[in-house]
Amino acid sequence: MKIECNRAWVFGDSIDTDVLAPNAYMMKPVEELARHCLEAVDPEFASSVRLGDAFVAGENLGIGSSREQAPQALMLLGIRVLLAKSFARIFYRNALNLGLPALVCADVDRIRQGDALRVNPLAGTVENLTMRETLDCEPLPSHLMEMIADGGLLAHLKKKLRSGGNS
Amino acid sequence: MSMTLSEKIIARAADKGRVQPGEIVTCRVDLAMMHDSSGPRRVKPMLEQLGAKVWDPGRVVIITDHYVNESDPESLAIEDVTRKWARAHHISQFHEAQGICHIVLPECGYLRPGMFVVGGDSHSTTAGAFGCFMVGIGATEMAGVLVSGEIWVRVPSTIQVRGLGRLPDGVAAKDIMLMLCRLIGISGANYKVVEYTGTTVESLSMDERMVLTNMSAELGAKTGIIAPDEITLAATRSALSAATPWRGDDGANYERVIDFNANELAPQVAAPHSPENSAPVDAHADVKVDQAYIGACTGAKLADLKMAARILHGRKIARDAPLFIAPASLRIAEQAKQDGTLAALEAAGAKILPTGCGACIGLGPGSLGEGKVGIASTARNFKGRMGAPTSRTYLASPYTVAASAVTGRITDPREFV
Repeated sequence: MKIECNRAWVFGDSIDTDVLAPNAYMMKPVEELARHCLEAVDPEFASSVRLGDAFVAGENLGIGSSREQAPQALMLLGIRVLLAKSFARIFYRNALNLGLPALVCADVDRIRQGDALRVNPLAGTVENLTMRETLDCEPLPSHLMEMIADGGLLAHLKKKLRSGGNS
Repeated sequence: MSMTLSEKIIARAADKGRVQPGEIVTCRVDLAMMHDSSGPRRVKPMLEQLGAKVWDPGRVVIITDHYVNESDPESLAIEDVTRKWARAHHISQFHEAQGICHIVLPECGYLRPGMFVVGGDSHSTTAGAFGCFMVGIGATEMAGVLVSGEIWVRVPSTIQVRGLGRLPDGVAAKDIMLMLCRLIGISGANYKVVEYTGTTVESLSMDERMVLTNMSAELGAKTGIIAPDEITLAATRSALSAATPWRGDDGANYERVIDFNANELAPQVAAPHSPENSAPVDAHADVKVDQAYIGACTGAKLADLKMAARILHGRKIARDAPLFIAPASLRIAEQAKQDGTLAALEAAGAKILPTGCGACIGLGPGSLGEGKVGIASTARNFKGRMGAPTSRTYLASPYTVAASAVTGRITDPREFV
């Protein structure tokens, strides 16, 4: 499984769930909420990000609320992978449950805005095609790989329920 | 082999003799709590997609608190779908607009020491004050729990926070947590449990203990927990079973121990836009505030309202710094009415609001307009959380919020007690 990303969007530390999924739009359908994703930090982000882009952040990505709309908004805007030095725990689980790979990468500082990336979550590598270098990231834990490969927790549960197995 | 309190609860829920940090185990869920924002509105289509039923309606509690005071079509639709879903799935433990979920859950007697609980909200950590291991989860994860009754967890290591001595007058549990946010950082306890011990914690009421576990979320923790004692047992009307004493073993392994001296703690204030930007109140003494807010699961229990009333007794709030107070539950509002607390607050000029999450999530009176500066007894001051993206929120104890409302500037409440 390799994820080709046209462009990296680079943000700093402690990008919180309130800027990812602003309270003022939380009662709206998530597609509408997504249009306001990160507007308090970068008003151009939601209208500029494209399908197949990567989201790169520093420490503690997704600190704050349990709202699943935070990673879901990024996904709806086209983000295919999250790379960060560290993740807040609920956000991390939410992203993986939605089938959005979230990888811990200590060297994200070496990725610049707009770089093209090829990410291999199984091998734990991030190829920076623009900079022509390969960074290490932590491979996804084995117990989560199957779920991610199925497309997230719901798809995974569906498969299990269909096969008559116990979840 | 010795285990911490959290490890014991996880081991019990996972049907194992023992567990150790780092191990991944599957736990049976004793209770699952949802609110209106992350609950049925989100999980209904997921369960439909799976064609699955709720594993045990008797282990599900729904408490609406986010959009209960709103009247826009979207909010009304969310409340409607919540109601209908609860009925369709035979969830009889459904509490509509009775207060904030983390407060109503123990008020209704759902929590018992030793329970393994999940909640669809990050402040689900609050239940740790009752000796429960309760974690916040997202909606898809909740759908998984609803159909299976199970969840996987990586057994967390435990940080022990040990408080010695008594808090000085005018200093509250909130000040302990704002101090810890600075000391540990808002990701300092990520994936870990924070267990609060020591004579300081033993001396605190349940209302105050709940602030410690509630704001463990602001340390990034998986949860916060306090070993049950006589105060807990009185609150949960349960007896401590000799077979399962819910406390850590002697010699249990703590990743880190943090000691603090409560006698020397000053009131703390966290500046925008993070709870970890905290400092003793003096550091912000000249900051002018436009509004003050006492509310949320963190800061509007009966003890919090009484702190404010004590400061406001015989005083008036500043004309240019309105104080809004939203009691955390209907029961609290009723108790505060009975014992004269509400009258004292209103006499000082405070405006009492309906119960609910309210301005803490930027809804209704007390939320902040463009460029406004607020001081609040809530837990989070992220950019735009309480209203306009250009607004700024300072976090403090109910004492400090009330004192600041009197002067219109951030004020040390010890001058007023």
